[in-house]
Amino acid sequence: MQTFGQLASSPSAASGSRLEQLAAALPKFETRGMNFFYGTHQALFDISLKVPQKSVTALIGPSGCGKSTYLRTLNRMNDIIEHTRVMGPVLLDGKEIYSPDVDVVSLRKRVGMVFQKSTPFPKSIFDNVAYGPRIHGNRNRQSLVEIVEKCLRQAALWEEVKDRLKDSAMALSGGQQQRLCIARALATSPEVLLMDEPASALDPASTSRVEDLIIELKQNYTIIIVTHNMQQAARISEWTAFFCQGRLVEFGLTKQLFTNPVQKETEDYITGRFG
Amino acid sequence: MSTVPNQTEPDHSASARQIDSRHSIGKLFEFACWASTWVSLIVLLVLLASVGYQATGWLSWRFVTSLDGVKVQEAGLLAGLVGSFWLVSITALMSVPLGVGAAIYLEEYAKPTLFTRFIRLNIANLAGVPSIVYGILGFTLFVRMFGLPKATYAVSLGFTTFSLQLPLGRSIIAGAMTLTLLSLPVVIIAAQEALRSVPASVRHASYALGASKWQTIWFQVLPAAIPGILTGVILAMSRAIGESAPIAVLGAATYIGYVPGKFKSLSEVVTQPQKLAAAPFDQFTAVPLQIYNWVNEPKQEYQYVAAAGIVVLLAVLLLLNGSAIFIRQHFQKKIRW
Ligand SMILES: Nc1ncnc2c1ncn2[C@@H]1O[C@H](COP(=O)(O)OP(=O)(O)OP(=O)(O)O)[C@@H](O)[C@H]1O
Ligand SMILES: [Mg+2]
Repeated sequence: MQTFGQLASSPSAASGSRLEQLAAALPKFETRGMNFFYGTHQALFDISLKVPQKSVTALIGPSGCGKSTYLRTLNRMNDIIEHTRVMGPVLLDGKEIYSPDVDVVSLRKRVGMVFQKSTPFPKSIFDNVAYGPRIHGNRNRQSLVEIVEKCLRQAALWEEVKDRLKDSAMALSGGQQQRLCIARALATSPEVLLMDEPASALDPASTSRVEDLIIELKQNYTIIIVTHNMQQAARISEWTAFFCQGRLVEFGLTKQLFTNPVQKETEDYITGRFG
Repeated sequence: MSTVPNQTEPDHSASARQIDSRHSIGKLFEFACWASTWVSLIVLLVLLASVGYQATGWLSWRFVTSLDGVKVQEAGLLAGLVGSFWLVSITALMSVPLGVGAAIYLEEYAKPTLFTRFIRLNIANLAGVPSIVYGILGFTLFVRMFGLPKATYAVSLGFTTFSLQLPLGRSIIAGAMTLTLLSLPVVIIAAQEALRSVPASVRHASYALGASKWQTIWFQVLPAAIPGILTGVILAMSRAIGESAPIAVLGAATYIGYVPGKFKSLSEVVTQPQKLAAAPFDQFTAVPLQIYNWVNEPKQEYQYVAAAGIVVLLAVLLLLNGSAIFIRQHFQKKIRW
């Protein structure tokens, strides 16, 4: 049986020097002592985290610990839920995203999101991918066609759907739908991709396609992914943050966190001794 | 394997009896449901058969395409058909934007305050108000306009001018406005339900791509809700087409020698299309009203004429409901959750 240590040292983890550079560079996202409330219920406590750019950061932790909540504070999707409050800085490229002069629309254009349950729009495959560029003002048919093809190729879906772009996206399989949602998120050319358990509803083959895709995408995008699958976190991420009960317990290189966790809680969780 | 059947037998029969009784209750229930279905079906069939029987010989192409005459043999439904067509078209034109707009506001924008809850409750109540009450309301509000003195305004539409009389009088437009009031609650409720049935995940996915609220509503929620809205609208319209009480209260003409717009025949619509602009302000009659008047005639033959009118009305309703089903299925093929 494989151990996490062996998995973490798999070739997908980049060389040390690249990671050092990334860690030294300006973090893509930074939260400093951030607290989050659903009404009176505090879901996140004092989260200080720097998410390095152009790499994959995995958020792990037991159910209900606030991973999805943290992810949603980064593109202000929590704004949609009533009576929520964010306290403390959330910086994207060093700029506060909750300041009043920030346009949520352009923030979400820069910070794309893929949900756990694939949520294609009840429209054609083409219109699904073209929706983002369209609402941001792209009315040029030719350029839309190019964007759709490029994004579907990036999401490794092009070959399967190129002959039926006009068909309903609802007719695709679950795995195809999820890759369509990734293509759709890529179409607004975001800088960051937030993924909330993107492969949890997929079969092993589709999962590995999505994983390959994530590894491919990290050349150009900053990816933050929530996952319950330790092997997956070890396979695809360079950095891992371990959350527990609304607190950030440990953050570090995936390799180190899985082989040599500093905190006892982290060790218990990744070795499966947790709860 | 050998077992001792004697020991288990008493148990067996007890549970068997239980199953038996449960089974017979189930059978009884199924029969009751079956019977109630067939009772309503048979009543409907008897009705249809008797109406159809009475109408034979009277229902003809001439009956449908000619104006009402003085003699029984000259009875015609054209004025009512065209009147009903105008009524329903204008009603749909007014009640769809108003109803869908109100539903969008209530579902998507309005905060759940005491006031909006009060509005919701009242819309549900309004849907149950008897149609004659709407007739009385429409008479005061549109036909007489609270007794406003009569005045005529010349309205120019570029290609034609027509005179607008301001208490609207017993015109199609007054009738359509009344029917709009009547069908608005139904349209609003149907649209609200259709909007509510669009899953939250669609909205979230749209917001996550950077869409604003109106873009999300306009490009995602509304298109996904259209089948439900259309079905509700068509059902409301087929109810409006069959209404006679409010139209009668408004004082629609019982006998009228021309089609709205003062057309003497349908071919004039082609030769003198400019008259169409004045049609909504013209006097009118409607199919259910003509039927009502024929039924009240003492002469026995008029009962058959009425039956023929009923058959035509039923055919129109069937057409509307059929198109509602068609639209729903057509759109649902494209929209699957
Ligand atoms: N919309 C909401 N309103 C109120 N409380 C919420 C809401 N969403 C989440 N919570 C609460 O916030 C806490 C964190 O939830 P969150 O969904 O972020 O957990 P998670 O780590 O993503 O869990 P999982 O792994 O099961 O997805 C939980 O206690 C949850 O009950
Ligand atoms: Mg979650």
